[in-house]
Amino acid sequence: MNHGSLKLERPRTVGMPRRDFLKFSVAASGGLLIGFYFPGVSGTASAQASANEFMPNAFVRIGTDEQVTVIVNHSEMGQGVYTSLPMLLAEELDADWSKVGFESAPVDPKYNHPVFGMQMTGGSSSVWSGMEQFRQAGAAARAMLIAAAAQRWSIEPIYCRTEAGAVFDNSDGKLTYGQLAADAAKLPPPAKVQLKDPKNFKLIGKPIKRLDTGVKSNGSAVFGLDVKLPGMLTAVVARPPIFGAKVKSFDDSRARSMPGVRKIAQVPSGVAVVADTFWQAKVARDTLRVEWDEGAMHNFSTTQLMQQFRERAKSPGVSVRKEGDAPAALASAAKTIQAVYEAPYLSHLMMEPLNCVVDLRSDSCEVWTGSQFQTIDRANAAKTAGLPNEKVQLHTTFLGGGFGRRANPQSDFVVEAVAVAKAVGAPTKVKVVWTREDDMQGGWYRPAFLHAIEGGIDASGNAVSWRSRSVGQSIMAGTPFEGMMQGKPYDPASVEGLDDLPYAIPNLAVESHQVDVNVPVQWLRSVGHSHTAFAAECFMDELAALAQKDPCQFRRDLLQKQPRYLGVLDLAAQKSGWGQPLPKGMGRGIAVHFAFGSYVAHVAEVSVTDGNIKVHRMVCAVDCGQYVNPGIIASQIEGGAIFGASAALFQELTFENGRLQQTNFNTFPVMRMNECPEIETYIVESEEKSGGIGEPGVPCAAPAIANALFAVTGKRIRRLPIRLTEAV
Amino acid sequence: MLISRKGSSAAYIPGSRLNPRDKRMNTMTAFSVNGKQVNLDVDPSTPLLWVIRDHLGLTGTKYGCGMAQCGACTVHIDGEAVRSCVAPVSRAAGKAVTTIEGLSSDLSHPLQRAWLEEDVPQCGYCQSGQLMSAAVLLRQKPQPTDEDIDQAMTGNICRCGTYPRIRRAIHRAAGMVVKAGVR
Repeated sequence: MNHGSLKLERPRTVGMPRRDFLKFSVAASGGLLIGFYFPGVSGTASAQASANEFMPNAFVRIGTDEQVTVIVNHSEMGQGVYTSLPMLLAEELDADWSKVGFESAPVDPKYNHPVFGMQMTGGSSSVWSGMEQFRQAGAAARAMLIAAAAQRWSIEPIYCRTEAGAVFDNSDGKLTYGQLAADAAKLPPPAKVQLKDPKNFKLIGKPIKRLDTGVKSNGSAVFGLDVKLPGMLTAVVARPPIFGAKVKSFDDSRARSMPGVRKIAQVPSGVAVVADTFWQAKVARDTLRVEWDEGAMHNFSTTQLMQQFRERAKSPGVSVRKEGDAPAALASAAKTIQAVYEAPYLSHLMMEPLNCVVDLRSDSCEVWTGSQFQTIDRANAAKTAGLPNEKVQLHTTFLGGGFGRRANPQSDFVVEAVAVAKAVGAPTKVKVVWTREDDMQGGWYRPAFLHAIEGGIDASGNAVSWRSRSVGQSIMAGTPFEGMMQGKPYDPASVEGLDDLPYAIPNLAVESHQVDVNVPVQWLRSVGHSHTAFAAECFMDELAALAQKDPCQFRRDLLQKQPRYLGVLDLAAQKSGWGQPLPKGMGRGIAVHFAFGSYVAHVAEVSVTDGNIKVHRMVCAVDCGQYVNPGIIASQIEGGAIFGASAALFQELTFENGRLQQTNFNTFPVMRMNECPEIETYIVESEEKSGGIGEPGVPCAAPAIANALFAVTGKRIRRLPIRLTEAV
Repeated sequence: MLISRKGSSAAYIPGSRLNPRDKRMNTMTAFSVNGKQVNLDVDPSTPLLWVIRDHLGLTGTKYGCGMAQCGACTVHIDGEAVRSCVAPVSRAAGKAVTTIEGLSSDLSHPLQRAWLEEDVPQCGYCQSGQLMSAAVLLRQKPQPTDEDIDQAMTGNICRCGTYPRIRRAIHRAAGMVVKAGVR
């Protein structure tokens, strides 16, 4: 869909039918193809569309007005895909960048993620997975434009070259892409195209300005909450105060006669109040008296849960990784240390609370929302509406933050909106809006975790043993994503970052305890790494102190066979002035981690005044392999550091009597301008395969800050969020 | 411009939490928005945010928290930065409201130009509020210090973490020397 209007913008593309322009299929770009099973979703396990679904390449449209519109199959939630993916295509097309625009893709198998086999955005994978796809699409379009020009000039295509949106011959002939568009549309697609040699890149690798900054600076960008249809109603839903609770009865006598209220109905998720405007619906909902059947979770307490986790960690878990004999090496070590690290439930807390617009008709349905899971959301909407998939259209708006919350395996916020529309009765147009409180209390959190680690060093201070036990809920077990566990008795997302601990420790045991808790959990930016890096990198610091070694050098010694870890570690250390004196009362902490294909190291500088923690500076080094847009990478690394620091310093969800104790930004704070450190980002030049960038910036923030606090206070932080009073 | 909504003139229900002290029916509230006069038939206790978004259709002003915690809803009333999610529309009566749509018609405001130069937004959802807060700061302090920026901008949350760029962009807009960027 079109995402807003920019006053300076040129007219939108008009011209050839997009589907006739390019006719070739983009093959899956190799790698792991993982099958997911979603009831009601067909063909999601394969990137290949069935015969009647075969569509020509639909990643680009070129208008006779010279406009190049890149159709992007990933959702824009801040990470810059509406710029980085068009850059890939425009590079190979030799487009005039000032004529390049973007559009979000409709739901169609041809827009499936080439590795994950469905249309989705997540896992910090958009750029690396789109690299081949978008470059091929651009190169194929360019070849057809050249063929059209060659035909016009009656010369061989080999005598044509392209630059900035035009084809040139050997003398003074020039035809623009707009002039060639109609002819090119009649040509067959090339069987094979040659991609550029990276040394000839004009866009890739440059800090090109984002294409969506204008619409995001004048209020015209359309987020899900901004979608307005003629005659549309707005609904607010009263949802259970306890997970698993059900509506027993409700009294809507006051709400029913309130201004603007059109419908009050029980839906599977609670009681929906539908009114002309949001405020009318919200005020009316607040007068509902709902009696809940509280269910099994009415006594749930996170204090008790963490106590259970601690008990559980005392017994051996399922083995995830085993090298040497960790228990024996611990027994014979010169010195040992053990520590238990805890991380709480967290809310994604996107700035734009959840919402979904549904236009339900008797024979079809349209949905507008900020989705990270288009294939699944459409299928779940169709199932709820009782319609075939092809009768449901899903329009992806801008996402006011995603962080994983809008990639819900059950499509909770979409399914509910369709259910509300059904309750109103087709035909109807209704927008379901979640208040901030609804959003925070609605579940699907980053699960709470505990990591109990024991380590030992020999008489020379060399690390000889490591045994970690992780305790927490699985994100994937029992969901359609269970296939990603590949039959393992543990969830890789629970131990990622520990199962690939890079340090050369000869005796290593990584264990996992999977605990079932009826709190809905989900991936949150950097997923398992968000807590495993805290435990692993804080414990490395504890081992270094035990060995009386510098924490950076201690890591270096154990990373000699890990050049990319070493590269970012050394870069962060060097740029931060590691080892050089700081003013009294300040300290530095370091951490290094690999996640989503990229290596990141942080050095944090902190001080403590009257018990108040201040993070002054964060120096970040990243090696994400070959990169596309260093400006966007810097944004993501800065944002990741702030996201991680917010969680480390402030954020915790707690339950008492089954009820969440946090409701809004005042009880679940986010770092603010006055608390934000100076952040420096350094990117390692690399020829390696591209890695992710949206998530890898998060994990190191907490351990770097915690380790810096040790340097200042001499006390260890073992629980998040950081409370100096709990330091040991 | 006269805007009235059918269905919104029903009697006020005493005892509702809309505003327990307010026993009136809907009343006409007149004010200007981005230079245009409006006259609305709306419950006077409705937050200005929802009047701007739902009644006037100006969706650049965002909802984030509903309790003046995040600043996404920041607009100007007679040049003062106001969290419109907690300001009843009656507060705007007879006054001049400016929303992000009124900051400039063509991205020409110095802050918008600086936002483009520094590539500030990520998801973009909070940026209207950030810009509206920054605009008041710059009017009051044309050459703000970092401390001034801290003070003026601390009420505006950005979950994506664009603070370093917002700071640079405000300095840039103020015509101050911008420190070298990353790398």
